[in-house]
Amino acid sequence: MPAEFRLILKHADEPGYTPDLECYLRHDGYAALKKAVALAPKTLPDGKTLRPQEQLRQEVMNSGLRGRGGAGFSCGLKWSFVDRRSGKPVYLICNADESEPGTFKDRQIIHKDPHQLLEGMILSCWANDVHLAYIYIRGEMPGGARLLNQALAEARGAGLLGKNVLGTGYDLEIYVHRGAGAYICGEETGLIESLEGRRAYPRIKPPYFPAVLGLYQCPTIVNNVETLCAVKHIALMGGAAYAKLGTPNNTGTRIVSISGHVNRPGYYEVEVGRVTLGELILDPAFGGGLRPGRKLKAVIPGGSSAKVFKAGERFKIKRKGADGKETLVELDLLNLPYDFDTLIAAGSMSGSGALIVMDDTTDIVAALANIAEFYAHESCGQCTPCREGSLWMAKALRRLTSGQGRREDAEYLAKIADNIPGGRTICAFGEACSWPVQSFVAKFKEDFVARGVADEERRAKAGAGPSTTLKLAASPQS
Amino acid sequence: MSTSTAAPPKAGPPSVESLTVKVDGRAIVVPKLSPDWQGKPAPTTMIQACEAAGVTVPHYCYHPKLPVAGNCRMCLVEFGTPALGPDRKPILNPDGTLKIAKSPRPAIACATPVSPNMEIYTTTPGVKQMREGVLEFLLINHPLDCPICDQAGECKLQEYSVEYGQAASRFAEQKVHKPKQVDLGPRLILDDERCILCSRCIRFTRDIVGDDALGFVNRGSYNTLTHYPGRPFDNNYTLNTADICPVGALTSKDFRFQMRVWFLRETPSLCTSCGTGCNLLIGSREDRIYRYVPRENEAVNGCWMCDAGRLNYGWVGRRDRLTECRMRHPKGGWQVTNWPALLAAVTEKLAQAAPGSVALIASARQTNEELYLLSRLATRLGALTDAVPRPGQADHLLVCADRNPNSTGARVMGLAATPLGANLPRILEGLRSGKVKTLVVFGEDVTALGVEPALLARLDAVIVSDILPSPTTELAHYLLPGCAHAEKRGTFTNVKGRVQKFMKAVEPRGDARPEWETLTELARGLCGLGNFGGIEGLFNQMALDIPAFEGLTWSKLGDGGANLVLPIPPQP
Repeated sequence: MPAEFRLILKHADEPGYTPDLECYLRHDGYAALKKAVALAPKTLPDGKTLRPQEQLRQEVMNSGLRGRGGAGFSCGLKWSFVDRRSGKPVYLICNADESEPGTFKDRQIIHKDPHQLLEGMILSCWANDVHLAYIYIRGEMPGGARLLNQALAEARGAGLLGKNVLGTGYDLEIYVHRGAGAYICGEETGLIESLEGRRAYPRIKPPYFPAVLGLYQCPTIVNNVETLCAVKHIALMGGAAYAKLGTPNNTGTRIVSISGHVNRPGYYEVEVGRVTLGELILDPAFGGGLRPGRKLKAVIPGGSSAKVFKAGERFKIKRKGADGKETLVELDLLNLPYDFDTLIAAGSMSGSGALIVMDDTTDIVAALANIAEFYAHESCGQCTPCREGSLWMAKALRRLTSGQGRREDAEYLAKIADNIPGGRTICAFGEACSWPVQSFVAKFKEDFVARGVADEERRAKAGAGPSTTLKLAASPQS
Repeated sequence: MSTSTAAPPKAGPPSVESLTVKVDGRAIVVPKLSPDWQGKPAPTTMIQACEAAGVTVPHYCYHPKLPVAGNCRMCLVEFGTPALGPDRKPILNPDGTLKIAKSPRPAIACATPVSPNMEIYTTTPGVKQMREGVLEFLLINHPLDCPICDQAGECKLQEYSVEYGQAASRFAEQKVHKPKQVDLGPRLILDDERCILCSRCIRFTRDIVGDDALGFVNRGSYNTLTHYPGRPFDNNYTLNTADICPVGALTSKDFRFQMRVWFLRETPSLCTSCGTGCNLLIGSREDRIYRYVPRENEAVNGCWMCDAGRLNYGWVGRRDRLTECRMRHPKGGWQVTNWPALLAAVTEKLAQAAPGSVALIASARQTNEELYLLSRLATRLGALTDAVPRPGQADHLLVCADRNPNSTGARVMGLAATPLGANLPRILEGLRSGKVKTLVVFGEDVTALGVEPALLARLDAVIVSDILPSPTTELAHYLLPGCAHAEKRGTFTNVKGRVQKFMKAVEPRGDARPEWETLTELARGLCGLGNFGGIEGLFNQMALDIPAFEGLTWSKLGDGGANLVLPIPPQP
């Protein structure tokens, strides 16, 4: 029986659990921090000594923890890239700019258990010799910012933050910085620019890799809220024990946000890879199935920028066995284990862990139009393909959903989308805005073509002339 | 006790570290470090390596003198690096060459450093398709108003569309509309619909000028270039943004709708507005000057120039230019004459002048050659000489406190005092005391120096050469109409001692004649100097006579000029 595995959200929804320090301490709060700072230097077989901080970094590396923000990059590896020899201060930023459509996990932590995030942050800062950290929180979450500031004040008062953390001589200050309402601020270099007070234009890489030239041109670690919380648990239980959760290379737990046409939309914490997509959608412990009489049409598995899956799709996926041999497994959509690697192998991604379920009543063209509108509105406009392509696709879809479609529009959309991703843009927004279009059009081509044909026929009947003389949909912003 | 085993430092200059890369299959050795936008050594980029290989990578936002932005994506190229085995050692092909692993993602050539044995591909179908894609994106919301756009003919959007674009548009939507004819500042008009948002202008004014006055507002495709609210874009360098704007978004109010650029003849010249000597191109058609644009010279102005200097050309075409040879009639009033008669009269007058009775006020706006000839004349006449200083305020970039273009030349020739103008009180005193009976003035208004008109009227002879009328030219006994620099050839020496030449862009007005020609004839008559055989010969003779010019010849100056060999005594 698939079931939730609550590690990070263990207490969050317990009756009587409050976001204050006192309650957190009652639930063994800051035990991980106290344990970590009490570690003794470890002598290695080769005679070298490992500082307690390095030991925690090693534990994180051993845990196999992968970033929960969207890219799923190894957290330990990310930390290992930090330039520690530059003589510059190292900064840590908690990316709390949760804004990928369909995602509502980080805010649960922030609202219900802010001290867990702080503990994870303090640990991560301590492990990386960071003395100044920021929580960059989405501007639309003023309540979360208030709670975090309250929690920070409590932590400062309790000697968990500020000068001489827990009497160890370690100094750390954390500030909350509120964004001003732009999706792109969730991109780590855009976030850094925004934090520095500029337009959130993502930086070019090379040379501006945050681990080397991040905030104020200093080495910087940017981690997602959930990732930082996981560090607390790794510190507590050890990297090896954490790695036993989930599946190999897809370790630990993650919070999945399920939305759309299911009976029980909500957030569910699961062991990575131990639950299938079908279970998440259909099992009473999770999504609880579709409404009566409805059939599944599509699933977006990792936030609106992930490529869509069509109901009934089958995938041939390479699986590494225990003996290291690769075998080809054929899986249908609902049997895909919900983890990082499988979803990538299936041509999409687990992204921010947001499952968007669409049943057969969904107007797929309108659904894509909605997504495209979002990305056109949120493109920062710095680099050409994304700036121009995102709005172009949105306008075409606006036209297609307002009776002005053409039979060639599916082809047209695909060609626009093909010119945006694959390293043509400065940041991954290029992929984020084009993947939905590419996948929707490829997998539901008949819906798009039918819409165009119907529009053309209706216009011909009404004597509106050939399809080339379009009554253009007005752009709302122009 | 341990003894040091470190090798002694190698003698000689440090070797320039280099690496080999392949551009479209051709191997080329490039230095590991190349100058970045500030001239500081930085890892050599792909675009620099391609340039060294003679391969042009199209680009909009990249400018060698601006910080890299990487936003236009026009310079995307494909590349590969040596494939590494599990042992991190390069894998070899069966023929012993390095196996290259092609990167699955392209890279922007402007920002990506090269690495040893990297291969850069700029002609692959993938690259071609990316360029087409970028151009299509740039054009969908562009107004395509080339027929009424000043940039047409020197527009990167036009050029790359021809070279890399597609013929037909598949855009079936409404274009984004943005502000047009935006009055950005006193000298610039902005058309936001033409703007491709490359941010060159923003980076220029922020990072080069230090005036963070421009920026983008709005988001996505609605991004709009604008100036700081309530503050016009007005510094002394704003027009450079029109130069570096790759499209017709920023246009100069002065040049707007004046002339299609393909009709303009471009003549290498120099700015005469201060001692920096910015290199420029005069754009002219049918003997009329339409614009100055900066000409790149690393040793002087990089690729910029100030607005004041750039717009300082209108006087060349002024209607009241001096265009006639004139002599004052013995009975009063002017008598228009011709050059032979005028020069004969002046020669005679000067030949008669007693030694020590002549004063010569030269202009530091004259060329080295002219000042050289004047110095020869002054020696022959035993004249008291100086030139007129034009002090101003220097700025942090190009404008220099010395507003004469050739003070250094005037000092090197021995004509001008150090500091410039230190002799002027003595000349004035000589005029007042009656000791000076003949005054020769080139290009200056001596009445502005305190020489009263009555004083001039008392003199035996007032010989004046100038371009534009002034109270002094009105009082001259002999008036020699001269040429603007744009109407002749010659050289100036800037405040740092760089000798630079300029070429003739337009014909002189009326009877006006280059001063060096006039002076050659006077020097022949008075000093017995021969004919120099044009400006080249004159320069070469000067270089032989004046120690500071040792080793220089007209042809050695090239387009970028050359430094004087002697250190120039600093001007206090």
